[in-house]
Amino acid sequence: MDSSSSDTALRPGRAPLRGTADNGMKIVVVGGFAVGKTTLVGSVSEIRPLNTEETMTRAGVGVDDPSAVPDKRSTTVAFDFGRITLSDENVLYLFGAPGQERFWFLWDRLFSGALGAVVLVDTRRLEESWYTIDRLEHHGTPFIVARNNFGEPTHGLDEVRSALDLPDDVPLVDCDARDRESAKQVLIALVRHLHTRVEASQRAGAAEEETTP
Amino acid sequence: MSARPAPAGRDDGPDRLYTVTGGRSRPPENVFDLVTLIVAEGGPAPGMQSELARILRICSAPTAVVEIAAELRMPVSVVKILLGDLLEAGRITARHPRFSPARRPGAARLPDLDTLKQVLDGLQQL
Repeated sequence: MDSSSSDTALRPGRAPLRGTADNGMKIVVVGGFAVGKTTLVGSVSEIRPLNTEETMTRAGVGVDDPSAVPDKRSTTVAFDFGRITLSDENVLYLFGAPGQERFWFLWDRLFSGALGAVVLVDTRRLEESWYTIDRLEHHGTPFIVARNNFGEPTHGLDEVRSALDLPDDVPLVDCDARDRESAKQVLIALVRHLHTRVEASQRAGAAEEETTP
Repeated sequence: MSARPAPAGRDDGPDRLYTVTGGRSRPPENVFDLVTLIVAEGGPAPGMQSELARILRICSAPTAVVEIAAELRMPVSVVKILLGDLLEAGRITARHPRFSPARRPGAARLPDLDTLKQVLDGLQQL
């Protein structure tokens, strides 16, 4: 199976990075089944989205539904990812991750160090996002919410914000995950939000120093 | 997403993965991130285990751990074990992510402004 050319031959989806690339970064797109995570990742990725998986042993699973685990000793979660070369050094990896309960046992192992997350929501199933938002807050991962809007919206964004019980300082944006420019604007909205958060925390830190003798 | 069946041809039976890693099931903790970029320090040696040889060929250009896992169709944790062996043998180098905050549940983990500016500039040029 291992002919010498099999891995280096050019084929779709396998485009090598620049030799100078030395800093990988992560943004996670998280949301329910079929909400458009892979579509959004694929819209901005320079490679066809790839799929991989991680396994965890039962010891690391915690409380889970044994009936959902084919092998009682371990369970597997699959996720997609794409890639954007930002500069000679920086490469941004976009991960599409399911928001389901068992996935969160692996969050720290996989996504510790993510710059932030995009919660992709479908207004027909907003309740699926409550748990996701709660978990992100628990893990201290900064996030924005993007509504994947395929057609005429049936709800205003203010209604969505209210239904999600989303704090005012968490941005909520509309997007079309199929559209490259729209997907790009979602990522830019996240990075701007991170910028605002960092500046706010620096101001808070400076204020604290002033009040400390 | 994880309800989707594995792609046809994925050869990841537990027996094979057990053999590939010499029976080990746990990767060295915290050595490799998903996006640590791996670079081969040379080509495969004759007689080298085929999975290790494949990794070295894939990593002739910098390649993230997660891309190696996808290419080999193996779980990330198994690939990390193999990478640990290659790193110990000096056959690869690892370029670690610069932003890797401490794991403190509940604590905000924020990158620095310079990093964010670089990301923003890169995204706006797309």
